[in-house]
Amino acid sequence: MSDLPPALRATALSRGYGRRWALAGLNLELAAGRSLLVAGPNGAGKTTLLRLLAATLRPTSGSVEVLGKPPAAAREHLGLLSHRTHLYTDLTCLENLRVAARLGGRDLSKDRLGALLERVGLAGRGGTRIRECSAGMRKRLAFARLLEKDPDVVLLDEPYGQLDPRGFDFVDQLIAELASRGRTLVMSTHLVPRAAPLLRSGLLLVDGRPTWVGPAADLPSAMSERLA
Amino acid sequence: MIRPALGVLRKDLKLDLASPGRLAAVVLFSVVTLLLFSFAVGPDTSSLQRNTAGYLWLALTLSSTLALGESFRLEVEDDALEGLLLLPVPPAAIFYGKATANLLFLLALAALLVPLSFGLYGASVRGSFLELAVIIALGTAGLAGPGTLYSAMTARARGSDVMLPLLLFPLVIPVLIASVKATSLVLLGDPMGDRGAWFALVGCFDLVYWTLCGLLFGKVVDA
Repeated sequence: MSDLPPALRATALSRGYGRRWALAGLNLELAAGRSLLVAGPNGAGKTTLLRLLAATLRPTSGSVEVLGKPPAAAREHLGLLSHRTHLYTDLTCLENLRVAARLGGRDLSKDRLGALLERVGLAGRGGTRIRECSAGMRKRLAFARLLEKDPDVVLLDEPYGQLDPRGFDFVDQLIAELASRGRTLVMSTHLVPRAAPLLRSGLLLVDGRPTWVGPAADLPSAMSERLA
Repeated sequence: MIRPALGVLRKDLKLDLASPGRLAAVVLFSVVTLLLFSFAVGPDTSSLQRNTAGYLWLALTLSSTLALGESFRLEVEDDALEGLLLLPVPPAAIFYGKATANLLFLLALAALLVPLSFGLYGASVRGSFLELAVIIALGTAGLAGPGTLYSAMTARARGSDVMLPLLLFPLVIPVLIASVKATSLVLLGDPMGDRGAWFALVGCFDLVYWTLCGLLFGKVVDA
């Protein structure tokens, strides 16, 4: 039996906004290298959960541990792809990527950064300012930042959002690659039938409460039963 | 801590250079403010000369709220600040990097406003230019430190443009008074030899502000 702490542990995790609970009493444990698909209707608490796991939001009660540490102390191992792309709109794609790499303590060469841009489908767009980029291009650049950091625990909040069909395929390939490299993955999406075969476990949230937990492959049928 | 702070400073300077129009607006505002003081007082040259230090520091203080507010607007526009924390950049490094960038901008602004105010108000330096440079550096540091903290606090607030000066001005009044007094003594002469005490007072405020704000910044931006 391994003494390693789970990659992610949430205990009685709750977050309220005023009198409404966005997430209430969630217990979660995810071993290193495992993956979890989080689903639920709008306002179910998916984004809140991912933000709590990334420590970009403070819980009202309960606690989170990432690799046995408080998430704020484990940020070097965490990567979050959120609705916001965390980009500087006055800088170019390449400058944004370089700034992120340098500030993260990873001074990458221009060729390496160019290769990352090519990987996410932004080849030849390095000199384009973010202000002139479409929402899909910004999302792709956010993926490049995630790939540049290459964290152990990856949190993806609606990764298919704003992307075109080729972007969907890119996300599928990325999830498969991250899983094969032993990264711990938590992903929320509304495209459950598409994502379910790619991930191992599933969690259904309704009104901030966990209402179903099981294999990700069974999540689509669980959703049609419980959300009918 | 020093390396990421320098990285944040470099990033902020790059952002300033990437969009010079934004800073030009602040510079123009400060120049217009100086002009307005001269129009308000009228052709009373001795009054303008006597109060040059006050007008200069008021123009710098008013302009600083625009520059400081702008500095954090860029960070919250697409939640870039959250991205910095996730990289991870320590909150204190973000504070010291951004506060230094704001200080450099205010120093550059002062370098423009000082000769302009001398020209407009007919003022001259009885002390030394080095002393003038030192008090301007100390005074602008007293604006940039707490200003950076408060602009982080108010950046996401509704009516942040109004909130920032409302919170900042009461806090920087001691620095403002001491900076005006010290600058006046450098410009008009210091027969009693008081300026050293005023310099020290501003320096002490800087030390307290930059230490406390660096410690508190994490509480402001983290989650």
